[in-house]
Amino acid sequence: MKHIIRVNVNGAAQESTVDPRLLLVHYLRETLGLTGTHVGCDTSQCGACTVLLDGQAVKSCTLFAVQADGHRVTTIEGLAQDGQVSRMQEAFSAQHGLQCGYCTPGMIVSATYLLSQNPHPSETEIRHGLEGNICRCTGYHNIVKAVQAATGDAVEAPASRTATGPVAVS
Amino acid sequence: MASANVGASVQRHEDPKLITGAGTYVDDIKLPGMLYVGIVRSPHAHARITRIDVEAARRHPRAKAVITGQEVRARQKAPLPISWRIPPDIQTPDHWAMATEKVHYVGEPVAAVLVDDRYAIEDVMDLVEVDYEPLPAVTGPEQALAAGAPLIHEELGTNKAYTFSAANGDTDAAFSTAPVVVKQRLINQRLAPVSLETRGIVAQYNYPMSELTMWSSTQTPHITRTHVAEMLGLPENKVRVIAPDVGGGFGSKLNILPEDFIVPLLAVIGGHPVKWIEGRSENLMNTVHGRDMVDAVEIAADQDGTIRGVRATIYADLGAYCRFFAAGLPVLAGLMLPGNYKIPAFKVDIHVAYTNKLFVDAYRGAGRPEATYAIERIMDLLADELKMDPAELRRKNFVQAADWPYTSPTGLAYDSGNYGPLLDKMLTMTGYADLRRQYDAHNAPNPAVRKGIGLAAYVEIAGWGPGQATKGFGVANQLFGSATVRVNRSGTVEVLSGASGHGQGHATSWAQIAADQLGISHTQVSVIEGDTAMIQTGTGTFASRSVSVDGAGVHIAAKRIHDKMLQIAAHQLEAAAEDLEIVDGQITVKGVPGRAVSFQQVAYSANVAHDLPPGLEPGLEETAFFDPANFTYPFGVHLATVDVDTETGETRITRYLAVDDCGNVINPMIVDGQVHGGVAQGVAQALWEEVVYDEHGQLISGTLMDYGVPLSSDLPMIETGSTVTPSPVNPLGVKGVGEAGTIAATPVIVNAVMDALSGLGVRHIDMPLRPEKVWRAIRDQSGPTAQGGTP
Repeated sequence: MKHIIRVNVNGAAQESTVDPRLLLVHYLRETLGLTGTHVGCDTSQCGACTVLLDGQAVKSCTLFAVQADGHRVTTIEGLAQDGQVSRMQEAFSAQHGLQCGYCTPGMIVSATYLLSQNPHPSETEIRHGLEGNICRCTGYHNIVKAVQAATGDAVEAPASRTATGPVAVS
Repeated sequence: MASANVGASVQRHEDPKLITGAGTYVDDIKLPGMLYVGIVRSPHAHARITRIDVEAARRHPRAKAVITGQEVRARQKAPLPISWRIPPDIQTPDHWAMATEKVHYVGEPVAAVLVDDRYAIEDVMDLVEVDYEPLPAVTGPEQALAAGAPLIHEELGTNKAYTFSAANGDTDAAFSTAPVVVKQRLINQRLAPVSLETRGIVAQYNYPMSELTMWSSTQTPHITRTHVAEMLGLPENKVRVIAPDVGGGFGSKLNILPEDFIVPLLAVIGGHPVKWIEGRSENLMNTVHGRDMVDAVEIAADQDGTIRGVRATIYADLGAYCRFFAAGLPVLAGLMLPGNYKIPAFKVDIHVAYTNKLFVDAYRGAGRPEATYAIERIMDLLADELKMDPAELRRKNFVQAADWPYTSPTGLAYDSGNYGPLLDKMLTMTGYADLRRQYDAHNAPNPAVRKGIGLAAYVEIAGWGPGQATKGFGVANQLFGSATVRVNRSGTVEVLSGASGHGQGHATSWAQIAADQLGISHTQVSVIEGDTAMIQTGTGTFASRSVSVDGAGVHIAAKRIHDKMLQIAAHQLEAAAEDLEIVDGQITVKGVPGRAVSFQQVAYSANVAHDLPPGLEPGLEETAFFDPANFTYPFGVHLATVDVDTETGETRITRYLAVDDCGNVINPMIVDGQVHGGVAQGVAQALWEEVVYDEHGQLISGTLMDYGVPLSSDLPMIETGSTVTPSPVNPLGVKGVGEAGTIAATPVIVNAVMDALSGLGVRHIDMPLRPEKVWRAIRDQSGPTAQGGTP
């Protein structure tokens, strides 16, 4: 039996007819074509599918699309405003907080949620707050730095092979 | 070397799409009429297939096709390729994409379904009925080589793949006369690469044109094209392979695996575009594993720590088949075992076997982590035996700068190196001497939480590679670099590269390299990789090869463009080309600022054939194929400090320092990032990760709930430092850095934990050093009473 659901996705009202077993992540990716939300595991470990549901970070592979009926969903595609990437998105690039980019959308969404709950987290709080998101490329070092940079707090950088910071691409 | 381009931490060009969700990975590709592939796999490690019935599956309303092993085998023109055949007498079974009569590991494909609804894949697969007659399984190399072991491939008459030995000097004499001999058996456990994006393939076949297009999450699109064409019996120029954005690889995506035949075959016979996306459990079960070697190592030394000799016996488990580069990995583990040290007598014997487990192949480091782990663990055990500081023992035995040109005991000519000063830098960064004193004082009263310091030196073999040398090694595929640089009419630049990045930042580093030669900004350069229709040939990205081989190609091609543009400008300025230079997009007569023509103007002239010197071809496009004269040998020292809780067995890394010498550096930010990620994977092997099979060959670690990849809360910040010893074998002086961290980190962590436990009688614990294992080792030494009884 099909269900009609109404979901606000990235500020736009959507009305869709879906199968009851359709996962939210596949609704976003396949039905709406929002392919920025990724799937990285079968068991809700990796967090690549993280989106905001009414402002709260959730793994969209563990929800059915019908559970989002009447709710507000924000995906990675919804974080930029008026063509400007968010402070967190810019910080991930400036601090080299991504390599292959596959975990990045979920990681950025989780980090955004973390700062919405705790605007000035310690390193330990950042690491704890991102435990639900696996990154296999960065060793998390530059992800932690990116979140610190996005807080606007002064970051004490550990020793590094270069004294010069990243040069922005104009 | 440092300019606005090369040597600067330029923010990555590829990031804007990846931070906004606008990247295109394979699963993001949707074609009209696309069907979905599911692969039915063996639940047994070793069994005869007695019956397959697919009729019920074919009747499912969503099923479009169901094929079995026999049908697939009938269409496969060549078995899955093996590139590296070493030694020449290696015995290899033919590896077909699907099992027909017998299955050899859990997960081996036996049938495939094609459906028109992704959610119906499992429904249809469930209807495929396969009957098996289970056979006894072989799960370890020593067991596989024992007399009377069940045969995995009857046609070979043995489970042995090969034996290989290398020797230099008189090890028997060294070991019989040396005052100190230390031995240890070391297990390098099986690992899963776990790129966050699993593998996936979209394939489309154009019937009237007999053309196949395949989008694949691969590190090696050109190699894939060659072999997919061969297996399907299509001309190579009718197959196009595209690697879109690729979500990590770590070696697991350089291979040609069963799905690389099954999925395009279904596009050919199904008449529709098809998509196969690997599930995570499929990935852990069916995409190559890495490591799985056991080393028995012994070292002979004088009382002052001077090494007299090293002997090792390696048992390696290839799994059920010999994959693309897999045969070479135990050999590399043996040839690189002497590491950074002068070893007058060296011998290694290698025994390689097939078992009823998934095939192994290259995983980040691929043979070098095993070598480094063996030598760096035995060095620490020797230091412990001699009561010598492990840093001093290493320094005493290092190959010295004055020893170059240096050839290792196994005949490898290291390109360049300077190990002592790098160790000094590490010890200074650490505050080593003070820290040793503090830790000794801390541990003296036998506290519950003990502190340890571990370090390891490494030298690896990277930059794969020189054609003639790799032919000598028995590698069949190309390893040289390729790059095309072209300048458009508007003055923008495109670099096409035969590497195939998947997170390494080539779009940025290649732009920096080209811009550096062309006297323009890297922002004017875009980089294209991963499409066999656009790039004539390529090797792909693996084995820390891209920058020193393909990056060098970019440099050479850009230099040729530079020279041609100067020729054109010389004609237009009525000057000699050797008097000209390109600075900030202007081609000027050196020392005469007013006499100039813009880069863009010369680009226009070349592309419309106006005002060219007589006889000069129009256009601005140059291709370079770079075949390096030798491998590169990056090196470094890593160090970690740990807290080990003796009551829980838990290890906490309190500091991790990496000093690496990868020659000249194009983008320090990217190099640091490669080190961070490599270290995380090496630390993970030391502490958490392990692919586990039971005695029946059943995979126990089949999900990310069971296979412990590190989380953000498991790891510390990583302090990085460097020395710079340029490589003489490529024009950039670079060595490569992708695998360094993974190679160094495992012995560093194990050495640190053993250092923390020194004095408790625990000499060695095999990886991963999970709390339960560490706790047991302490308890077994201390006796149950001392640790408060058995649980």
